[in-house]
Amino acid sequence: MKNLSVRTIVAIGIGAALFFVLARFVAIPSPVPNTSITTQYGLLAFMSALFGPVAGLLIGFIGHFLNDLSAGWGVWWSWVICSGIFGLLVGFGCKGISLEDGKFGKSQIIRFNIVQAVSHLICWAAIAPTLDILMYQEPVNKVYLQGLVASAANIVTTAIIGTILCIAYAKTRPQAGSLNKE
Amino acid sequence: MGEEPVISFKHFGFQYRAQAEPTLHDISFDIRKGEKILIAGPSGCGKSTIASAINGLIPFAYKGTITGSLKVLGKETRDMGIFELSHIVGTVLQDTDAQFIGMTVAEDIAFAMENDCRKTDEMHQRVSEIAKTLELDAHLKHAPGEMSGGQKQRVSVGGVMVDDVDVFLFDEPLANLDPATGRQAMELIDGIQRLTGAAVIIIEHRLEDVLHIPIDRVILMQEGRIVSDSSPDELLVSARLAEAGIREPLYLTAMKYAGVRPTEEQQPARIQTLALDVCDKALIRAWYHEAPEEEKRRTAEPFLQIRDLEFTYENGFRATKNISADIGKGEMLAVVGKNGAGKTTFAKLICGFERPQAGRMLLDGKDLLSMSIKERAEHIGYVMQDPNQMICKTMIFDEVALGLVNRGKDSEFIQEKVYQVLKVCGLYPFRNWPVSALSYGQKKRVTIASILALDPEMIILDEPTAGQDFRHYTEIMEFLRELNRSGLTVVMITHDMHLMLEYSERTVVFCDGSIIKDATGAEILTDPVTVEKAALKETSLYYLADQCGISDARSFVQRFIDHDRRVRA
Amino acid sequence: MIRIFNYIDRESPIHRLTGASKFAVLILWSIAAMTTFCTPFLVALTILGLILFSVSRIRLREVRAMLILTMAIMLLNNILIYLFAPEQGVAIYGSRDVLFTIIGRYTVTKQQLLYHANVILKYTSTIPMIILFVATTNPSEFAASLNRLGVNYRIAYAVALAMRYIPDTQNEYHDISLSQQARGIEMSKKENLFKRIAAAASIILPLILSGMDRVDVIANAMELRGFGKNKKRTWYMGRKFTPVDILCIIFGIMLVVFTTVYAMVNGSRFWNPFI
Repeated sequence: MKNLSVRTIVAIGIGAALFFVLARFVAIPSPVPNTSITTQYGLLAFMSALFGPVAGLLIGFIGHFLNDLSAGWGVWWSWVICSGIFGLLVGFGCKGISLEDGKFGKSQIIRFNIVQAVSHLICWAAIAPTLDILMYQEPVNKVYLQGLVASAANIVTTAIIGTILCIAYAKTRPQAGSLNKE
Repeated sequence: MGEEPVISFKHFGFQYRAQAEPTLHDISFDIRKGEKILIAGPSGCGKSTIASAINGLIPFAYKGTITGSLKVLGKETRDMGIFELSHIVGTVLQDTDAQFIGMTVAEDIAFAMENDCRKTDEMHQRVSEIAKTLELDAHLKHAPGEMSGGQKQRVSVGGVMVDDVDVFLFDEPLANLDPATGRQAMELIDGIQRLTGAAVIIIEHRLEDVLHIPIDRVILMQEGRIVSDSSPDELLVSARLAEAGIREPLYLTAMKYAGVRPTEEQQPARIQTLALDVCDKALIRAWYHEAPEEEKRRTAEPFLQIRDLEFTYENGFRATKNISADIGKGEMLAVVGKNGAGKTTFAKLICGFERPQAGRMLLDGKDLLSMSIKERAEHIGYVMQDPNQMICKTMIFDEVALGLVNRGKDSEFIQEKVYQVLKVCGLYPFRNWPVSALSYGQKKRVTIASILALDPEMIILDEPTAGQDFRHYTEIMEFLRELNRSGLTVVMITHDMHLMLEYSERTVVFCDGSIIKDATGAEILTDPVTVEKAALKETSLYYLADQCGISDARSFVQRFIDHDRRVRA
Repeated sequence: MIRIFNYIDRESPIHRLTGASKFAVLILWSIAAMTTFCTPFLVALTILGLILFSVSRIRLREVRAMLILTMAIMLLNNILIYLFAPEQGVAIYGSRDVLFTIIGRYTVTKQQLLYHANVILKYTSTIPMIILFVATTNPSEFAASLNRLGVNYRIAYAVALAMRYIPDTQNEYHDISLSQQARGIEMSKKENLFKRIAAAASIILPLILSGMDRVDVIANAMELRGFGKNKKRTWYMGRKFTPVDILCIIFGIMLVVFTTVYAMVNGSRFWNPFI
């Protein structure tokens, strides 16, 4: 980790700040009363794909930790850890996709979405509930059901928001090929 | 002058790796200890690239090919490394929010010392010394959000002063400041130079504002080459400024209109030093008396009537105090005043982004306060300062069509409307381009187009020309004037005194939440009381009129503006 | 704009502790509380937490909003647990003493009550400490503290940058979302769910892309002022450990040691009064 470039450090800081703001302020009203859909995992998947697994891990971990710390509902370590792991997994899974060079076509979109869906399932339907059982001895059926619901919602928002972000970012990168006025 | 130069360029060239052509060609000049140098030139001339070469971002952060030689304190920079250079060259970036890295003022000033592993006690002592010099001692525990633009810049200066650097490098120091703060910033730069004896390099295109302080040399750049390296006096009497697209000081333009040929001996670089002889003064007076009477102001029927508008933010800050104003149909109105005076809040109240605690607003006689943000947007469009904060589609067509799509219009109507707007904005040839391929100024037009597509009767623009050089400034403003002539009411929130003089029919001045003056630009900028209160800057034409014994400075300024408009049109 | 951290600057023994030792104690305390189900120990931690609270001279009403939120979440979670598994306590403690029956399979047992008490105590023993940490630690000291505890300074600085840029990002989001609303982009319930998500994307896209632009500028600004030059760095807000700090950390370590030893000696993490 000593080799992290200054640019990556800044990306982690800014990424965590964005994660925090999205988690706190940008919730989409959902059909279920009193619950809302979070948007921050779309951002996290995008940044992990762009800056790699270590950055993804730290953005998820720091962003989620600071949000819990600031919100005052206590730090939910199992979920904080899983946000970090999600970033890590997407970062590894998207190695080879070079968003930086503006390449994000159909095959990359499919790969990105498979990776994010699998990572969400691993984190929210497997690791987080298991940690909850270890820490709180919570009922198995409750935590796994909660985990599946959370995964499903996160997969959908990441598929839409994460993909839009990747495509938009890729388009901002300088590309070979000329543009003609019509 | 036998001393070795601090910075020495010899046939220096640079080509960015991603680019097909070199950005800099054959750059040669020296900077000596204690010199104050201005590097000027239009956008894209390579002046920022020179700055990056001096502070080491080239070649250590931006990769590319270097030709020739650049020595700092006698050593080639490419052999030094960015950290070694950072002890010699202190850079103050244009974006003070990005440069202010610490969580508080004190931490930010200490940042470089922290990286040098200095002891905590030593840092506390040095920070308090520097804060005293820069009059920041009362703010040491403040977060960046609690500081004004000018104060943040002071903090940035403090952050590089800790290193006892030999060169201060200021990249566009005036870009985001109100006029009075800009003047103070220049005086601060002058004071620091005297205090430290270091060399100062200023990168700017706002020549007249920089020349508020004495400058030793101006290096003028154009298309990657140095086209002039001389004293400001020498440069101003030559024709090179106009060729490079840099605006000369207004008083010089006025002198030339009057038939006065400025000479180097008159020291024309600064209005404070300008020496006019009897003959020159007579010429200027004669021009003034011959110039046609100013055009009469139009009286428009009111479009928006605002009465007793009161707004206090949640944190208790009373941003507008009993504001009343009328905005006429088809007017071109400027809103000026220092940061925090209530200009932006005023615009937000009109658009419905904030709700006033008291007051009334009538739009064509209808009650505006009962309308939602969306309903108001059908009449009033709002264009943010930074186009990047507004653009959310990747293709230009989609971006401009977005609001219409959201209104549920059919696709045929949308296409027709978008094409029509793109033609008006001069963007039709680019309609199928991605937004990212456009320049900053073109993006600004896209955001204006996306608002115009919704057919508002009035648009409000926040700093329409911030960060633009003279050519782009003229382009954007002429475009807005065209729109205005076709019947659109235009309201511009601005710090730019030229804009207010040249492009507004009327200006309202905000100060501490109240409107303290409502008059023409010429009238405001020749009224010392308003200028002082609202942190504006008197136009140099005012001093010129004074020197020539013209008592009605307002009328002189107005005649100059009218004449200039006719000449430039 | 909200204040992101409810730091209350005051003079107290807790405030005088360095951020590093407070953070270390917070982590150790949390580990101890999270891993054990020794009910008397959790009760002791809760009481100790409340004592520390009064020592810090932070008044309850200053953190009331946070407490109410926590209580609500705690209540909801307990109800959910009971609905899903009314026999969870019986399964854990291996015995069944029915007190009364609500309806159908929803009986109330002593074991279930003790289990719920454990879950509640896990909150009550840790959450006051987190609130206390936030209220008594200057956010500026946080990054220095992480570094002192052995976190690589680059990563510690990433945390500082996040805290530095949260307010800016928040303001920017606010402005962007209003100007997009004016163009008819809404996340309200009037639209269907997918349209709402797409609308959210249109609002956050400019926010995130301008954030990406900013990354390069800030990275340059930091390098130009020597960030990353040495293997370590010092901190303007850094403070030296006092003997009290060391004692606190030792105490934190003892908490973890206690829970580990308890689980080994007891043969289980659970305190079981029913055998």
